[in-house]
Amino acid sequence: MENWKVLLVDDEQEFVTTLAERLGLRGIDAAIASDGEEGLRLVEDLRPQVVVLDLMMPGMSGVEVLQQIKSLHPETRVLLLTGHGSTREGIEGMRLGADDYLMKPINIDELIDKMKKAMRGE
Amino acid sequence: MMTWRDRFSLHSLFNFPEEGSTQKRYSLLRRNMIILMILVTIVPLFFMALLNYHQYQSTLRDEIVNPMRVLVNKTKHSFELFLAERLSAVSFVASAYSYEKLSNEVEFNRIFRVMKREFGGFVDLGLIDELGVQVSYVGPYDLKGKNYSEQSWLHETQVRGGYVSDVFMGFRGFPHLVMAVLNNSESLKGWILRATIDTDRFHDLIASMGLDPKTDAFLINKNGVLQTPSKWYGGLLERFPFDLPPASYEANVVEVKDMSGRDVFMAYTYFAHAPYILVVIKPRGEVLRSWYTLKSELFFLFIISVVVIFLVVFKLTDVLVHRMMECDERREAAFREVEHTHKLSSIGRLAAGVAHEINNPMAIINEKAGLMKDLIEFKPDFPDKEKFLGLVGAVLQSVHRCRSITHRLLGFARRMEVQVEVLDLNEVIRETAAFLEKEALYRKVQIKLELDSTLPRIASDRGQLQQVFLNILNNALAAVADGGQVTVVSRPIDDDTNEVIIQDNGCGMPEAVLQHIFEPFFTTKKGTGTGLGLPITYGIVKKLGGNIEVQSQENVGTIFTITLPLRASEESGS
Repeated sequence: MENWKVLLVDDEQEFVTTLAERLGLRGIDAAIASDGEEGLRLVEDLRPQVVVLDLMMPGMSGVEVLQQIKSLHPETRVLLLTGHGSTREGIEGMRLGADDYLMKPINIDELIDKMKKAMRGE
Repeated sequence: MMTWRDRFSLHSLFNFPEEGSTQKRYSLLRRNMIILMILVTIVPLFFMALLNYHQYQSTLRDEIVNPMRVLVNKTKHSFELFLAERLSAVSFVASAYSYEKLSNEVEFNRIFRVMKREFGGFVDLGLIDELGVQVSYVGPYDLKGKNYSEQSWLHETQVRGGYVSDVFMGFRGFPHLVMAVLNNSESLKGWILRATIDTDRFHDLIASMGLDPKTDAFLINKNGVLQTPSKWYGGLLERFPFDLPPASYEANVVEVKDMSGRDVFMAYTYFAHAPYILVVIKPRGEVLRSWYTLKSELFFLFIISVVVIFLVVFKLTDVLVHRMMECDERREAAFREVEHTHKLSSIGRLAAGVAHEINNPMAIINEKAGLMKDLIEFKPDFPDKEKFLGLVGAVLQSVHRCRSITHRLLGFARRMEVQVEVLDLNEVIRETAAFLEKEALYRKVQIKLELDSTLPRIASDRGQLQQVFLNILNNALAAVADGGQVTVVSRPIDDDTNEVIIQDNGCGMPEAVLQHIFEPFFTTKKGTGTGLGLPITYGIVKKLGGNIEVQSQENVGTIFTITLPLRASEESGS
């Protein structure tokens, strides 16, 4: 787990920094980006294995970021976060290449579980 | 308050109000339609009938009255001819013979016999000298030497040269009239030739008119005294009971009432050279008998038409207004349905927005509390560790509860896709009931399934149906007391519809609650309910093309009736 590199992209600063810290406590190195552009830049710079991407963001939307990541680095695993209870958005995202989706508020153990599954390519 | 005038003014008749109490509105509409339809049909009909009536009446009257007029004229000419002939004869004798010759008894006798033979009707003949004394006389009486100088007819003859008297009774009691002619060629005062004429011939003339038995004809003089006997109005020389008609020498017809109250037509004409009036009287009823028949037929036809119009108008208006009422009701129902759906969907959108906005801060609380928990757990020597873990655990628990609420809200809002499959409704009910077996057992509530095994398989969404039954069964379980009973009945209604009835003997609901149970956020379970269960249920059943109804009585129980089509409707899945 130590060699994992995870990127969290979400415009909710409080949420994303806290989540990064909690992941850190569990030995997962997580970088954070507060919008789509920054997220894409960090994907280029850090080459994370997993990107956790919020679908609702100001500026570039999560779906756009997902499409860009997938076109530039198809090997990157992407998990989607959605604030809507709708499963449709998540399923739509998975059709576009995301590995899985989670609904906010999330359970951290579930997140780590899904990251692991994504890494294993399940 | 409307006055009578307002109520029936043209304006108010065309006023079909859109608002107001429904019953009043329809009865007003009905009344206005009836009045208008009757007005536009009966009024023209009435005028037509009136016009026809008068047209027929005048035509018929002419047809009947004209022959009377012609007959009267003709008969008058016969009378006048009869009188003129005799007057000419007397005149001729008075002119052709000298006083001396006529004074000769033998000669006078001969002349009289010739007159009698040639003309008929002469009764006697007398010669009166200028002093008024009858100097010669031929006839049945002995009147020679009689002095007429005091009599008015003599004076009239002396003044006018000729005279025709009224009819009078002579000595022998038979009616006759007197004619006199003056000859003043020999002296200034002149002498007079006087003849008496038997009026039997008058009867012949009247008989020759060929009148029907209901018709009366007679002569009167200018004083209104009958000169020939009448059938109804008196005998000879009696007084004619009518006022004299206005003078007219051409035949004229007037309508009068006789003394017995009968309406009669009186055709009459004055004689030009004699003081007589010829009168023909025909009862109006007789004359216009055919008219009366026609009139009653006309009237009968009019009444029948009016009755038929009334019947048709009333029936038609009833049908129309009834149709209108039905349409309005249907429209109203559709409108309410749309309104309800609209309400649900707008509340749904609002709920989704709120849920989404709340989810973000909730995620932050979740992470912050999670981090706190992590930190407490990762530090072995954290003071009051257990207490803090408990507190954080409570926060996380609440977040979890919020999460389930917002997810349900979002679930209510989103349009779930319907996945239609062919399924056994009874099986779905059994499965759903199984979920609740534990709770029922614990509370000793009996869930009784009365499922019709002949129920056809239906095409619908299993998951959604489970949700529907679960929601209602949950409510039923909540409503009944421990040891109560919940009954689920399934049965086919017709070829296309099945029905599921879920009945409990629980606390029931008052009317006020019943009206709102399908509205979102309406709940009686203070604190534990979201008020979304039944609206979601309602939405699902509608989406599946079915219908849901509820009846409830306080302290007796509640019955939910769900009807489902054999095939979920086309719009499902939207």
